[in-house]
Amino acid sequence: MHIPAVIAQSKFSRGATLAIAMSTVAISAIVSPQAQASTDVPAQIKWTIPFGVGGGTDVWARFFAPWFSNSLPDNPTVVIDNVPGGGSINGANIFSIRASHKGDNWIGTSASTQYPAMLGDPRVRYDYADWTPILATPTGGVVYAQPRLGESADEVMASILTSPVKLAAQSPTGVELPVLLALDLLGVDVDAVFGMRSRGEGRLAFERGEADIDFQTTSAYLSSVQPLVDDGKAIPLFSLGILDDQGDIVRDPAFPELPTFLEVYASLNDNQMPTGEAYTAYRKFFASGYTLQKLVMVPKDAPQKLIDTYREAAREFVASDAFKQESQAQLGPYEPVIGEVVQRHLDESMDLKDSTREWLANWLKTEHDASI
Amino acid sequence: MIDVMLSSLSQLFTVSHLLFMTIGVLVGLVVGIIPGLGGIAGMSLLLPFLYGMEPSVALGMLMGLVAVIPTGDTFASVLLGIPGSSASQATVVDGFSLAKRGQAARALSSAFLSSMLGGLLGAVVLSAFIVIARPLVLSFSSSELFMLTLLGLSMVAVLSGKELFKGIAACGLGLLVGIIGMAPATGEFRLNFGLDYLYDGLPLVVVGLGIFALPEIVELLLKRGAISERPCRLGEGWARGLKDVREQKGLVARCAAIGSLVGTIPGLAGSVVDWMTYGHAVQSARDKSQFGKGDIRGVIAPESANNACACGAMVPTLLFGVPGSGTAAIFLGGLLLLGLQPGVGMIETHLDLTYTIIWSLALANVLGAALCLLLARPVASLTRVRFTILAPIIMVLIMFAAYQATRSIADLVALGVIGAVGILFKQAGWSRPAFLIGFVLAPGAENYFYQAVQFQGMSAFSRPGVLIVGALIVAILFMPMLKKVWLRRRAVSRGSDGETSSNASGFANSLGRIDLVIIIGMLLMAGVALVDTWGLSLTGGIMPWLAIGILVLALLCEMARNLLHPVTWVKQTITVQLFWIVGFFLLIGAIMALGFVLSATLFSLLFLLLVARVKPWIATGMAMCVAGFLVGMGHILALSYHVGVLDPLLFQ
Repeated sequence: MHIPAVIAQSKFSRGATLAIAMSTVAISAIVSPQAQASTDVPAQIKWTIPFGVGGGTDVWARFFAPWFSNSLPDNPTVVIDNVPGGGSINGANIFSIRASHKGDNWIGTSASTQYPAMLGDPRVRYDYADWTPILATPTGGVVYAQPRLGESADEVMASILTSPVKLAAQSPTGVELPVLLALDLLGVDVDAVFGMRSRGEGRLAFERGEADIDFQTTSAYLSSVQPLVDDGKAIPLFSLGILDDQGDIVRDPAFPELPTFLEVYASLNDNQMPTGEAYTAYRKFFASGYTLQKLVMVPKDAPQKLIDTYREAAREFVASDAFKQESQAQLGPYEPVIGEVVQRHLDESMDLKDSTREWLANWLKTEHDASI
Repeated sequence: MIDVMLSSLSQLFTVSHLLFMTIGVLVGLVVGIIPGLGGIAGMSLLLPFLYGMEPSVALGMLMGLVAVIPTGDTFASVLLGIPGSSASQATVVDGFSLAKRGQAARALSSAFLSSMLGGLLGAVVLSAFIVIARPLVLSFSSSELFMLTLLGLSMVAVLSGKELFKGIAACGLGLLVGIIGMAPATGEFRLNFGLDYLYDGLPLVVVGLGIFALPEIVELLLKRGAISERPCRLGEGWARGLKDVREQKGLVARCAAIGSLVGTIPGLAGSVVDWMTYGHAVQSARDKSQFGKGDIRGVIAPESANNACACGAMVPTLLFGVPGSGTAAIFLGGLLLLGLQPGVGMIETHLDLTYTIIWSLALANVLGAALCLLLARPVASLTRVRFTILAPIIMVLIMFAAYQATRSIADLVALGVIGAVGILFKQAGWSRPAFLIGFVLAPGAENYFYQAVQFQGMSAFSRPGVLIVGALIVAILFMPMLKKVWLRRRAVSRGSDGETSSNASGFANSLGRIDLVIIIGMLLMAGVALVDTWGLSLTGGIMPWLAIGILVLALLCEMARNLLHPVTWVKQTITVQLFWIVGFFLLIGAIMALGFVLSATLFSLLFLLLVARVKPWIATGMAMCVAGFLVGMGHILALSYHVGVLDPLLFQ
């Protein structure tokens, strides 16, 4: 395969390679070399992305591919294989059946791959216990409201605690789940309108004035909601915060001036922390959907030495200044998490007790008329 | 603002920009011409190079690609009857009929010229509009979007003409097939019968190919001729097509305007605009008799709209990060990869890039259409080749296209099933476009209705935008009726009643055994659907029940009409067609056992030798080409095929 070699290195040799690549397209179609390097690292890594081309996770993977390729010994080619369908369940299922255990097959997953597995969706045939993480990237998020509800965040909070508010969401079990749980813990009566095809559509409904409150993850908030806030068309209420290595939820470095959900909860409830199944569910889904929003994983029985090599390469490029600079636009002010730390967070969050799951199913049924 | 416009313009004509835009255009044409690939494959070819490129150059390349896909896919629509993408499904109806009448070159040249003009008009509109578009996009709330899907559905009435009840029934069936999958409001699954494949609903590509392309192929195989039924001189048609567009200036302008406007509405765009403009062409035409049988206006209207629509779709993509079409969604990914976030910033801080995007779109449209115009004449000669020689290649292309939908063998099975429905519909003269419109608009209609009611309650339906679109729908539905009444009255007052009344009674009901099969099949399907959706909640079930209601009611009306009026029994043949469908399923069986590449190669070889009876060396050569194409595509685009027992040994 000639092309992927060019693909992975194109970032550094820029556009000039494109012309060459186009001319080699014809040749590579005919010749299919099987040259395997003699080292441990496979010559080609096939990275399954269970989402369509151009989606968030796809763009994320295409950003990381050249970094991996350039930091790994022998610069393997990293080919992205998009297998969309079923909101990522289809691609993950296929990966779990067909992926080779030699370590040359990766999968990139996202919150919408994690959540169905945690909720016991009957379509899920994959198991996170079969995979081991190389790297994870976190994200944060902010809940904001219409200025018609009050002039300051405090006024808005007071008003939404007394009357029901509308929120445009994708699905009852989508990325908004922790937000719905958080608002419920605060005592806000949320009328969720499901069926948005993206968070962007939800924001559109907010901008049209149809939704009273909305939620966006960090990068979309910074580009699309911050201008609204500056114009006085939206009032930020709280961020979800981020999970630090000790497992505490602290202020989001992207929004140091915004209180976290827990701070707001404490100020409304005599400095108490939330407890019970609702809070357990919130923490689990927050950790797996936000702290570990996107994951690079390999089958667990791949050679341990290779997994270590991958993690080492990731550590190397994540620490470089060039990466820190370039990743600002793609990942926001968050640093990717690597190896064992990811595994620990993953083990904690993915393991959902039956009682919590039952509570959640019941809560979704009664509060949002949704069945899981 | 003017200086920003000028500086982007000078940016546009730099060597690097032009070079990369041309690369984008060429890639776009190639993936556009091969059915089923479309924007997604093209983007995945270009995306890897994007990260790290100069944004204005990279955007030029992406726009080159985006702009020409709705142009390039016209080849497949007109020549082979394969809907290239969701935006060119209406082109198939009259474009392919024209090809069958030996006027492929005419259809192609007028399609490309109207594509070019539509794209240019769209770009002009967009340059002025983009700066002030935010309030307009925001004025379309869920209730207006719902009304627009209704407007799309009302085209069924326009397209079915005298066979109104059959058209509505076909649309009802389409609606029912369209709601397969998850209910957006409640997450309940409907009509999936426990099959994993149906959880997501049927892919549009598969349904489009099945309902249009397969029946045409079977018919052409039975005729044993070339696609073109009459011998023709190609050169003449080419010039005539250009002349047609000149004569239909008004239609081009109106359809381009509709296209760019509808394109700006997020979440609707591509899927309705071609049918809306096609319906408009039918309604505004004085002589409607040739529509569906090869009226050039049926090609000009959707083609001038779909390129303009691609321009319009940039508005929600750039301003809100909400893509209006599938290609726009991928373009959005490209933007993000370049480190550009959509939003007001595209107007306030990156206005120069925004104009680079718009004008690259215009320039690429001209370039793409010019290249296609050059290609039109030689490529149109395909229609004079004996069809049995083309058939295996087209079959492989169709299966290749369908398989790319979800890369599951079930894609091919679904293709066969929908294809069988398509054949029944075609043989008995039931409206296939009506079925497709129902299918395409079902999710939108359900989703927006639910959202409108949830967000706005009952006040949703008293909004001015809703009333305007509502009035438009009423006008579309009742205008023809009023017109007829008015004409009749005028005729009566003149005392020459004879002509119109003989027209009315001259149309007799006809019924055949396929009609009966379809009616009984649809009733059974409605029954099965009712049983399956019985336990659903009201919000999850209302749409399927509505679809069942429409279907059953239309069928009852049709039956009542047949009982009340004299019916002539017509002979409808189907046996041979069924034989081919069985053959298609046998082919799927072979693919399951042997793998896609090997089965496709063997199928081509055997078909060429036994059915087309060409010389062995030609058959072998062509079969090798098929294998080479599939393997090559697999390598270039990192596609995978269904792997059977032998494929991995032979083609790895």
